[in-house]
Amino acid sequence: MSKRKAVYASKIKRAVHMLFYRRHKKPGVKGWELRKALGSDYPKVLNILDEYLKPLDLQVKMVFEEGEKPLSEKATLEDLDRARFYITLRGDLTPKEAKMIGWRIDDLAGLAITIAYIISKRGKAPRKEVEELLREKLPGWKASLNIDRYVRYGYIAQDEHEQLYLDWRTRAEVDQKALIDLLLSK
Amino acid sequence: MQSKKERVKIGRERLQRIIEMCKTVEERGLDPFLLDVDEIIRILREFFPDWEQPEDLCLDAEAINHLASVVKLQSEWVKHRSTSLYTDPFLLEEKIKILDKEAFVEAFLGAWRPIVELEQISLHSLREALIYWESLPPIRDRWKDFPRPEEIGGVASREELLRLEILRDKAFTEELESFWNELKRLVAEKGEEGKIRYWDFVGAETFEETVHRAFLTSFLVTYGYATLEVYPLEEEIFVKPFEKQQKRTGKRQLVSLPIAITREEWERWKRGGTEAI
Repeated sequence: MSKRKAVYASKIKRAVHMLFYRRHKKPGVKGWELRKALGSDYPKVLNILDEYLKPLDLQVKMVFEEGEKPLSEKATLEDLDRARFYITLRGDLTPKEAKMIGWRIDDLAGLAITIAYIISKRGKAPRKEVEELLREKLPGWKASLNIDRYVRYGYIAQDEHEQLYLDWRTRAEVDQKALIDLLLSK
Repeated sequence: MQSKKERVKIGRERLQRIIEMCKTVEERGLDPFLLDVDEIIRILREFFPDWEQPEDLCLDAEAINHLASVVKLQSEWVKHRSTSLYTDPFLLEEKIKILDKEAFVEAFLGAWRPIVELEQISLHSLREALIYWESLPPIRDRWKDFPRPEEIGGVASREELLRLEILRDKAFTEELESFWNELKRLVAEKGEEGKIRYWDFVGAETFEETVHRAFLTSFLVTYGYATLEVYPLEEEIFVKPFEKQQKRTGKRQLVSLPIAITREEWERWKRGGTEAI
């Protein structure tokens, strides 16, 4: 193995450790943390890792925090430093698999409704309205409990006026446009 | 014809209403185009020349600030409607009513890419933890460095006060009465309107003497020889002697007034002469 290859192999290992194992309260690693650990060529390391993960149906995903999305199409190094990187699934889960990772079909449907409704209301919806919507299909007590659960997991956030917003996990895990398209095409 | 006062009153009410309307739109996520921005600006302009008081100008600024937030919401609303993410909430509500849970889950699974994360302890982190544990001093060694907690205040007996030389070995009532006479004399010499500043009366050459005088003053007030007048806004306290000892009638509610006699306050009084507490 050439010296260059050995260096990249070592950097990929380090990136895997950082990305797969939770280091902070939230999963994922900030771009600047990766730069500090892997060097300024960390985007290249992540590209190679992404290729390695493809056959395993996994991917390296870059997510910008709310309001920090770069204006231009191509992100600069400074933009990347502010982004958060995660390892996520690349393809779709089947309903059976979703159950296996701890989600009941009711809860998942409730999450889909909640996220879709917040998106349709321009990213902010009163909790009361969402609860009413969930009560169409879920028992009343469960609607409120489920919203608390989605907040706890980081899918949605709630402010002091009981307004619900999309939170970091939805930004990282859900393709919002695809969700709306899929729902409307049903 | 409206008087100026009436006009200002009406203007204030209208501004309050505008602020409330803007807040409702901001907080409840209502359609920001429900507000007629041009009309609101016209109202603000109409009443602006009447504002003279700072509070009215602040109200005007607050209304403009909330209006600016609504305009920002309008801009975001237009931007959102022009993106492919826009969906009519009513359309979506209808969909939710029609579709079954399975269809929702199917759609969601098509757009959901859950994060992969592991939480597992490694040999490396175990080794680090052991090294840390070994180098950590026992808790009894670490805690002895903490400062001792401040002593809690309590009640001092007359004997204790005598021992500490706060009270002198003189008949207490006799001492109190001579102190009352001193108060009356000082009020007559230096006081105004039959009263004297608290610190001008209790303040003495030494801190110990000052504490002693403050202690006696508290008894003068409690036993009805004098009263305290407190002006919280000016942060001033005055002692006002009575000509005759007042008897407690039992009708008026008695209140306690704690006054801190600290060395810093005493030094400040000494420097400033008559500086208030």
